[in-house]
Amino acid sequence: MPDPLVKIRNLHIEGRSDESWSPIINGVDLDLNKGEVLGLIGESGAGKSTIGLAAMGFTRDGVRISDGTVEFDGIDMVNASAAKKRALLGKRIAYVAQSAAASFNPAHRLIDQHTEGPVQHGVASRAQSQEDGIELYRKLRLPNPDQIGFRYPHQVSGGQLQRAMTAMAMSCRPDLIIFDEPTTALDVTTQIEVLAAIREIVEEFDTAAIYITHDLAVVAQMADKIKVLLRGDEVEEADTRTMLSSPKEDYTKSLWAVRSFERPEKPPAEPDAVPVVSVKGVTAAYGKVDVLHDVSFDIHAGRTVAVVGESGSGKSTAARCITGLLPPREGHVEFEGEALPLDYKARSKEQLRQVQMIYQMADTALNPRKTIAQIIGRPVEFYMGLKGSALRDRVDQLLDQIELDPAQFRNRLPSELSGGQKQRIGIARALAAEPRFIICDEVTSALDQLVAEGILRLLARLQDELGLSYMFITHDLATVRAISDEVVVMKDGKVVDRGPKTEMFRPPHHAYTDLLLSSVPEMDPDWLDNLLAERGVDNIGDAAVDKM
Amino acid sequence: MSGWMIFLLGLAGIAAMAFLFRLAGQKATGDAPKFRDMSYGEAFGYMLAATLLILAVWYYFQPKVTEAGMANAGVVFFRWAVQGFLIFAAAAWLFRLLGRNVGTAWTRKLFRQMPLTASFGILVILIYAFVAIFAGAIAPHGQEEILGAANVIAGGDPALGGDPAYPLGTDQIGRDILSRLIYGAQNTVGIAFITTILAFLLGGTFGFLAATLGGWLDQLLSRAVDVLMAIPSLIFALLLMTIATVWAPKLGIPLTWFMIVIIAVIDSTRVYRLARAVGLNIVVMDYIEAAKLRGEGLGYLVFKEILPNATAPLLAEFGLRFCFVFLTIAALSFLGVGIQPPLADWGTMVRDLAQFINFAAFSPMAAVTPLLAAGAIALLTVGVNFVVDWMLHKSSGLKE
Repeated sequence: MPDPLVKIRNLHIEGRSDESWSPIINGVDLDLNKGEVLGLIGESGAGKSTIGLAAMGFTRDGVRISDGTVEFDGIDMVNASAAKKRALLGKRIAYVAQSAAASFNPAHRLIDQHTEGPVQHGVASRAQSQEDGIELYRKLRLPNPDQIGFRYPHQVSGGQLQRAMTAMAMSCRPDLIIFDEPTTALDVTTQIEVLAAIREIVEEFDTAAIYITHDLAVVAQMADKIKVLLRGDEVEEADTRTMLSSPKEDYTKSLWAVRSFERPEKPPAEPDAVPVVSVKGVTAAYGKVDVLHDVSFDIHAGRTVAVVGESGSGKSTAARCITGLLPPREGHVEFEGEALPLDYKARSKEQLRQVQMIYQMADTALNPRKTIAQIIGRPVEFYMGLKGSALRDRVDQLLDQIELDPAQFRNRLPSELSGGQKQRIGIARALAAEPRFIICDEVTSALDQLVAEGILRLLARLQDELGLSYMFITHDLATVRAISDEVVVMKDGKVVDRGPKTEMFRPPHHAYTDLLLSSVPEMDPDWLDNLLAERGVDNIGDAAVDKM
Repeated sequence: MSGWMIFLLGLAGIAAMAFLFRLAGQKATGDAPKFRDMSYGEAFGYMLAATLLILAVWYYFQPKVTEAGMANAGVVFFRWAVQGFLIFAAAAWLFRLLGRNVGTAWTRKLFRQMPLTASFGILVILIYAFVAIFAGAIAPHGQEEILGAANVIAGGDPALGGDPAYPLGTDQIGRDILSRLIYGAQNTVGIAFITTILAFLLGGTFGFLAATLGGWLDQLLSRAVDVLMAIPSLIFALLLMTIATVWAPKLGIPLTWFMIVIIAVIDSTRVYRLARAVGLNIVVMDYIEAAKLRGEGLGYLVFKEILPNATAPLLAEFGLRFCFVFLTIAALSFLGVGIQPPLADWGTMVRDLAQFINFAAFSPMAAVTPLLAAGAIALLTVGVNFVVDWMLHKSSGLKE
């Protein structure tokens, strides 16, 4: 067997924090042969990206390789001179970052950035490279490949930009590409296109790749073998099919099992019951442009209504209309049969109390200068008028409810909490007002899967205990499946489909629902092949949306 | 050979040395990454720094008196500067050492992470504050007392006509310069402090209001601020102060109060800009939205939600703004419309003694006199800026 292209042995990486070095990676080995795709998965902080960068002989500022070897095609990357690395990077090793929008230089056209590498490395002349770029754009099925390169980054969509970046990485025909979460920021329908494009081009040029992601279903489509990481240690490595069908370690099994959480089904609501929240024919606009068109749906007591759709479909705008942040232009919102004033400023304290909200980014939803007790205590003090020890007891009770130890967390600042804990504090703040109805705006999408599952279980438990109603905004259909009772599908500011969950997940559905459902990657390595065969090459992702 | 030729030859020499230095380093260390990956520019920088260091050392050891018997003022001042720098650095180091070993756990941690520049700045600020507060007790004479013959030569050397009772000399009408410097700290720094606080109260309040409420109030305030900022601030202040000198006696209000309000209003426009910009970034946060949806009032939003998150940049701006205010007061006093005699003020002292700078070439000691007040201004400005830099660095969360 020939020597592997990338050979990492006993890699130790340390990061500097508070005047001392603390380990990030503790002795990881990695082999990657030519033309092979390795999936690196793990939660945030597992060291996936750090290993990906180390394979290029690169570390971020304040991080160093303390021990071990990294060999690329027999070249020692740890001790290589800067000049030697410069000659390799971009030419034989390329990198595709998570956010293409942040990685392209906004001041230059795509094709100019594309040709920079080949010209710099003397691989091709500018004209040749430009021609090749257009050819790559065509292969990646970018619309209008002859012209799209002459646009600036802000003139193309996120999915297109991600593909243009993949094309750029291919521009010197590298032997190795490192993909660092290339589809995480994209909608499901767009993600398919990028995945299909990446896989096709990697196969065509026989490129080796390291594919970093936290999404198991995605990695199942892309990788030949998978390595699971946990806090800088390797958990296990196996080829994709073995790994999916029979994971050995408990941690891997728990990752796999996340997707199995599903609430028991509830009987449908009484047809003549008064819904807790009823959105009636709401049309809303930012400025002069309507972003919601005649949206109506009901949310009944003790139920969860999931509102799904891609970014820009108006999900969050609907939530803003319910809370009164964006007064609708037409229509209104009823709470227990009574119309709420359109603007939140006109609502009474009692009306405000009944509708609470949990935000997507817990980082920006909690005031960084306040302690947990202040954050949770404020609504209690504000609405219930509790003071002193009564306030303190109530805060402790709320912390117990969200499964955090009051003695430990009461006096901490948000920056001293993990992502999942912050989100729990967000939930506690909403609960503190003792509302009947809570809007959950993408509450799990910024979290790792295991943590997200914990949040979903907590929300489900609270609903059972307190009889809450949820409006659950999400683009992740696995989450919908796990928690919702009813589903509302939105597209371009309109409700295109709605009904109980069981009906929604069973065919026949509306064409758009079908597209959404079928675009969610599954844990089956053949899923993408089957889907592409079914849809036909020209009919995936955005292209399919455009046709409807 | 002309000066230009020497300069060019020197540059060429440094350029050649840089090349040799890098090559020698690579050979001597067996291609250590430090030398192997060193760019030519970096090597050039090292050589340039080394050359300048050698030149400085050479200049430092030049004789104080030229062969013609004249004082070599350049060397004298350069020696003072170097000695002053070393003494200040040592003082700052000792102060930091003290801070690291004395005090609560929190302050000790603070001092452990502190760069030397910041501890120097804090030391300077503490000394100034002490002097300003206890000026009456420290100063050997009153600020308005006329004590004797004018002798501006510092040092009190009887051979030069000085009196050891007045270590820094006396000014043209015989007032003790040391006492006036000490009282100047009280007058100049105290007034600057009050003015800056007033500027922040005005600018901060309106800035946060504009950021939170937006709409026509924001437009009105911002355009008014634009108008004020369009006029060069020193000239505007000078104009208003000239008007105030006419009004003050009529209304029976001391001119100093006018000056405080005028400078505070002019400087509050800058504070307003900053507070509004910082506020706008905070207002879009979800926790503000959550507070609004809870039904919180404007006061709670501004003081409990926004202000705590804006303290770091505002505090840094406070330090910087304090320097500007302080310089403006000194400048106005220098021009004759600021703090009025006989009150001691550093700006006025510089103006009164400025002509002695002309004697620097003959008698370095005579030129020191006006520089004492100017140095006091410079030292505080540098100190405050060091502390502000450090605070900005801390609040931005950057790591070295």
